[in-house]
Amino acid sequence: MSSLWPRIEPLLARVEKPGRYIGMEGGRRRPVHGPGRVSWLLVYPDTYEIGLPNQGLQILYEILNERADSVAERAYAPWTDLAAEMRAAGVPFFSVDDHRAARDFDVLAFNLSTELVYTNVLECLDLAGVPLRSADRGLEDPLVVAGGHGAFNPEPMACFVDAFVVGDGEEAAGEVTEVVASWKAAGRRSRDDVLHDLALLPGVYVPSMYDVFYDGPALREVRPRHPDVPAVIDKRTIADLADWPHPSTPLVPLVDVVHDRLNVEVFRGCTRGCRFCQAGMVTRPVRERPEEQVRTMVAGGLRRSGHDEVALTSLSTADFSGIDDVVAGIVDGSTGCGNVSVSLPSLRVDAFTVGIASELQKGRRTGLTFAPEAGTWRMRRVINKMISEEDLHRAVDAAYSQGWRRIKLYFLTGLPTETDTDTLGVAELARDVVAVGRRHTGRATCTVSLGGFVPKAHTPFQWFGQNGVGELRRKIGLVRDALHRSGAQLRWHDPEATFAEGIVSRGDRRIGPVIEAVWRAGGRFQEWSEHFSLPRWLDAMAAEGLDPDWYVTRHRADDEVLPWDHVSAGLHKDFLRQDWHDALAEHGLPDCRWTPCYDCGVCTGYALEHVVGSSVPPAGGSQGTGQDPSRGAVVPVELATVRGAG
Amino acid sequence: MSAPAVSAASTSGTTVPATGEVAEVAGAGDPGDLGEGRVVRIRFAKRGRVRFISHRDVARAFERALRVAGLPVAVTRGFTPHPRIGFGLALAVGHESDAEYLDVGLDRAVEPSSVVEDLAAVLPDGLTPEAAVDLAPGAPALQEAVTSVEYLMVTGVGAEVAAGGVAALLAAGEVEVARSRKGRRSVEDVRPLVRHLSVVGHGEGWSELHAEVATRPRGLRPSELLEALGAVPGPAAGVEFYEGRVLRTRQWMERGGARLEPLEADPRPRAPEVHAS
Repeated sequence: MSSLWPRIEPLLARVEKPGRYIGMEGGRRRPVHGPGRVSWLLVYPDTYEIGLPNQGLQILYEILNERADSVAERAYAPWTDLAAEMRAAGVPFFSVDDHRAARDFDVLAFNLSTELVYTNVLECLDLAGVPLRSADRGLEDPLVVAGGHGAFNPEPMACFVDAFVVGDGEEAAGEVTEVVASWKAAGRRSRDDVLHDLALLPGVYVPSMYDVFYDGPALREVRPRHPDVPAVIDKRTIADLADWPHPSTPLVPLVDVVHDRLNVEVFRGCTRGCRFCQAGMVTRPVRERPEEQVRTMVAGGLRRSGHDEVALTSLSTADFSGIDDVVAGIVDGSTGCGNVSVSLPSLRVDAFTVGIASELQKGRRTGLTFAPEAGTWRMRRVINKMISEEDLHRAVDAAYSQGWRRIKLYFLTGLPTETDTDTLGVAELARDVVAVGRRHTGRATCTVSLGGFVPKAHTPFQWFGQNGVGELRRKIGLVRDALHRSGAQLRWHDPEATFAEGIVSRGDRRIGPVIEAVWRAGGRFQEWSEHFSLPRWLDAMAAEGLDPDWYVTRHRADDEVLPWDHVSAGLHKDFLRQDWHDALAEHGLPDCRWTPCYDCGVCTGYALEHVVGSSVPPAGGSQGTGQDPSRGAVVPVELATVRGAG
Repeated sequence: MSAPAVSAASTSGTTVPATGEVAEVAGAGDPGDLGEGRVVRIRFAKRGRVRFISHRDVARAFERALRVAGLPVAVTRGFTPHPRIGFGLALAVGHESDAEYLDVGLDRAVEPSSVVEDLAAVLPDGLTPEAAVDLAPGAPALQEAVTSVEYLMVTGVGAEVAAGGVAALLAAGEVEVARSRKGRRSVEDVRPLVRHLSVVGHGEGWSELHAEVATRPRGLRPSELLEALGAVPGPAAGVEFYEGRVLRTRQWMERGGARLEPLEADPRPRAPEVHAS
């Protein structure tokens, strides 16, 4: 296993941003390979700039390099220019640590963060010289593993991935290592043997151990092929974040990357219950990191990395029990870090949050981002993001009055039951925000970011038929026209990309060949606008005889077998169905951290509990728990299907 | 990192991933407002794999290294304080150098040799601080004071043709080359910028050139010099001088006809020793 560097080096003179292929990050481990170690190549199937900061990958990188029986290196998808050079020169996909060929590793582990990177997984496998389909791999080929949120609907990638790890990877990575180690020690005999053994691990899904049955287009059943293989794969959940203080030595890249700062995860999971949010649904329960450990990780991370910015990460970060103290401690220097700025990437919309944000004023300040997600109170009750207009006004008033000039608002459109009044409410809210800002400064600006809603597996909206391309375009047009000369700028996500994401998001096994066909037609980096093309996806669907509307815009029947029913995030399907009906009735659901359990299934099913430092909900606003989530509209809104990829 | 952005990530607010979040590097390429205090000038090498990172990346690496080393870097006053660091002429991505410089403003005096030692311990491999001096108060900034730089350049052209091209270029009264800066194209005479040019090594199908080029009125890039070699009428006319490895070996400051190395140009006068009598 020698370094490919001498063969890579001449190619780098001819590509954009060659620095992203050299590795050499601060905090990198010195991989120690050996016959007694299972070697992992952790692959983020997007550019280095996007992939390097990924915390999941950095966590596994540390854990696997600290174990005595494993070693891990990292790889990222080469940009199209380097991929072309590699093919021309016969240079295979490589790690950035020691520039080893991907094929020399025992395990290739992909992080599936979003559906549109799936074609890049095939690109990486092809560059690696590994057969794309699991069925075509032999004894000498690496095992192809995948994890991340994409693993909660594994079916579209089922024919390419040997084994999925569903849920938290911290413990599972070690268990997979042990299975692979014994298989290697026993002479790597049959590939089926190791896959069978992997399928017996909790949280591991091996697609080749399951048969899929259809009734025409409808899915009938996904059934294990062996009696000892579980019919339902339950996600893995680490009980206590305090046991996993990773990454302890964050990677510090030499080139510009996104989120180029120290990131410290303060809690995992979220029970706000936003019905569109897959992350909130599949990462329950809430597990807070002890305040003291957060401080240690911040101080140690800053000292080792030289970063001058730290982000406290989680969903809805202001919900962290110790948030005021931790932020105050970092900003006033008592963590011993000098002049450091703090960012909270996920903020709640209320004055309490702005209070914390104003603490950050003492350090450097950036813009403030809020995510009301929907334009009217009615719509926000449907999605269970219960922010009142008053709260938003108070929050932005506080922000502008304390010197912020730029406020960014995130919204979704194409939500269940959305009417044009709801859509136009986005523009109205934005105009209000600008008006509030102008009371404080003539330079107040507001940026509205509008994304088309893609229903996701394991959410109450998994039954909802996504809006087609034309309908999303029309809605974006409504908002754009309504924002004309408003002082607010609109940015929107391409509805065609939203449609393609919808094909995969709730796709079944038959979508695998579509992904492969898109890749074969040259579709890489599909979340990058310059490389995306919807016709490629539609052509591939047509070639496979699949109807895009059946996958994307069709409302699912309540009793339909869904492609991910054999994967469990712990949520009872009955709970999700009830929450879906509550949504249609505009009925909210409170946060169970501070109110009685409504038994979504996770804590009871997995014998887990919330780990929160405070039993009292945070002060302030309708997103505290003071609101009245009482039933709204008496008559559930009829759902009209809005079809079409055109 | 999917977690924190999730409220937006499931639908992704922008088409192009969040490139807008890439942090600005304060001070990169900035001649530098070094403040009123002490300034130390450091010479460093950029060798090996790190030659593929940009000037801005080098600047950021130094900023982080200075923080990790705990050196008392002065910061600008104001709303967004940034470290007082001044960088010299940018080196092209992919080129190596034995003669890069930066000036660092400090809140208190630190022995220059210990600055070198402390930084060497924490900088990425290949970014190697070599020497440092205390700078005289009011010394001109690197970008203003450097007048010429030297390069060793390997080119994919045999010695005979290369020597012919060099001789023709040196003999020419003017050498017009099309150049583009910030998107604007122009045809300029680059001959006055070439102070020295010779063939110093060669092998099968390649040769190594040594050049000294002026930085005023603006710098001549190695790639432009190689292009000029193929543009001069003569034995090498029309030949493509492929760029191989490029090493910047020296930077010079001209003072009253003399060439001075930037560490020698403006040293801080030593405080006179006080003797008790």
